[in-house]
Amino acid sequence: MSITPVPPGWWKMPLHKEEKIWISIALIWCIAITIAMPAWHFVGQQNSSQEYYTISAEDYNTLAEDFMEKYKTGTETAGDWEWDVVTPPPGSDIFLRGMQWKWDPILKLKKGETYRLHLSSIDVLHGLSIHPLNMNFEAVPGWDYVLTITPTQAKEYRIICNEFCGADHHGMIGKIIVE
Amino acid sequence: MSDFRTCSITGLKVHLPAEKLIKINAVTAIVFLLVGGILGLLLVLTRWQAVHLLPPEFFYRFLTLHGIAMLVAWIIFWEMAALYLTSAILLNSRLAVPWVGWLQYLLMLVGGGLVAVIILLGGADVMFTSYVPLKADPLYYLGIILFAVGAILGCVVFFATLVVAKTEGTYSGSLPLVTYGAAAAAIIAIITLSHGAIVFIPTLLWSAGLIPPMDAEVYRLIFWGFGHSSQQINVCTMVAVWYMLGTLTVGSTPVNEKVCRTAFVLYILFINIASEHHILVDPGFSAAHKSWNTSYFMHLAVLASMIHAFSVPAALEVALRKKGYTRGTFEWLKKAPWGNPGFSALFLSLVGFGFLGGTTGVIFGTEQLNILSHNNLRIPGHFHATVVAGTTLAFMGATYYVLPLIFQREVAFPWLAKIQPYLFGIPIMVFSTFMMVAGGFGVSRRSADMYGSGGFSVEYSPIVDISLSIMGISGVVACLGGAAFCVIAVATLIIGKKIEAK
Repeated sequence: MSITPVPPGWWKMPLHKEEKIWISIALIWCIAITIAMPAWHFVGQQNSSQEYYTISAEDYNTLAEDFMEKYKTGTETAGDWEWDVVTPPPGSDIFLRGMQWKWDPILKLKKGETYRLHLSSIDVLHGLSIHPLNMNFEAVPGWDYVLTITPTQAKEYRIICNEFCGADHHGMIGKIIVE
Repeated sequence: MSDFRTCSITGLKVHLPAEKLIKINAVTAIVFLLVGGILGLLLVLTRWQAVHLLPPEFFYRFLTLHGIAMLVAWIIFWEMAALYLTSAILLNSRLAVPWVGWLQYLLMLVGGGLVAVIILLGGADVMFTSYVPLKADPLYYLGIILFAVGAILGCVVFFATLVVAKTEGTYSGSLPLVTYGAAAAAIIAIITLSHGAIVFIPTLLWSAGLIPPMDAEVYRLIFWGFGHSSQQINVCTMVAVWYMLGTLTVGSTPVNEKVCRTAFVLYILFINIASEHHILVDPGFSAAHKSWNTSYFMHLAVLASMIHAFSVPAALEVALRKKGYTRGTFEWLKKAPWGNPGFSALFLSLVGFGFLGGTTGVIFGTEQLNILSHNNLRIPGHFHATVVAGTTLAFMGATYYVLPLIFQREVAFPWLAKIQPYLFGIPIMVFSTFMMVAGGFGVSRRSADMYGSGGFSVEYSPIVDISLSIMGISGVVACLGGAAFCVIAVATLIIGKKIEAK
């Protein structure tokens, strides 16, 4: 009975055959997935980025503003929002700034080119969700998270904030245009 | 001794101060379940996009309170009752220092009540996770700290009672397996709640304007040592309750004590570090750090669950075969007491936790796959399978035994109790599944409106609409199942027939 005290000797009880088989299978499976995960890190190369730096929100904001000013090619509005449309040269460092409640700017990227995307927030936590790819990364104030990206499809992507960030969290939707 | 009565059903000596504490904690737990359930109904009617009931402000406020009321208050109050039950009652002992037990109750009540009031007043629209630098009223953090300190005191009383029982020789041999499991849960609770204190005390001071904010990433790391590990208290307690229900419903005995107990030790050793799967797509930690903590350590804790996944049903099978149901491979399963809510809750909880909750947890906690599941509906889909279909259902099943044994009343509306676990358990599994399906198509969690608020529009696969509708309908049915439980429990306390003490 599992609700009554157990007399001495329980430690010496041998395991049944079925138990041994089950535990062995479970152990082998656990070892297999334990190996598979780090192995896929190298084989699959589908990992979240390992490049990040600490940076104050003010400094990051200055860099992002400079970037937007430098490569601005237009503006776009939707509802009460207005964005700069920014077309950076291929291979450059690009910025995507999270703030309550906006992703800035709208990035115009070239298909097949590689960019270094600096992701961060200047106020609270935000979550970058590239829709409809369903790729998700965290935008953390005080941290510059560098994602090296190469868009492979020409289309408009939505950037949905998926980390709760206050009253209009659900309205925080930005855009990346790949041409 | 006047402090004891003898249970007319089990013959156990029941320490009256312990019984009182079990009663008050269990009743409070059910009150919070009721509050959280009503909020849950409103929330599911909002995420069901075709209905979309609540305005954003109330959606976020109620979602914060739903998390606190369910994940923290309902479960931990019930666990306090379980700690006193598995120590004092099962060991035939007196409860050590009952006044500390009352302090536990008062602190948790004041803390939980404070948090609930502050949230409802709009002072803490920050979600269960309250990530800094999103700020809540200082009283919110104070409430959480009081609640956590109360829960630690409950664990202290539990361990002190184990010592009392041992020194006063109220039992011989080793602890019952259920008490052993509860002890493992209490150890994890102390580790976990300490993380809570480490992270919430500076957060309180920051919120009160006394110190600068801590690093957002440091908060996330330590918070999850509290936020996810506290779910492992639930897992551990739930498994202990599974063994208890096995014994109460069909008289099962653990197939091998050594194996079951070793599995509990694996939980203690490895489950805490596995919490790092929450920061797999964060800056600040190397891939080596992330994958070390979320693979090696996590999978050893998974091994523990795999062991219980064998030994709980195996114990049931052995017990039922001993009753003579030996024909074929599955006669024991066919003839199992499906009309006993304790048994059906146990079985559905096993299925929901094991097949839906546990497996998806392992999948979403993988370094690469986490990119595809972080913060979308896959995550709440996963934890509604573990914490609701698993833990909550198991606790409901055990409540059907606590009512006659501790409250000494026959369960009211037995016909409703018979179907309640099905009415709750099956829809919540459907709910979780379709939540995860929608998450797979990029629907974000914690979003008052997945289509935005007037800016850019978002398009989703048509599968999302139908998934969210199925999620909505099954969520509403599950709320009815939860309401049925609350009705039965309350009715039992008020009009349930008294069981005469011998």
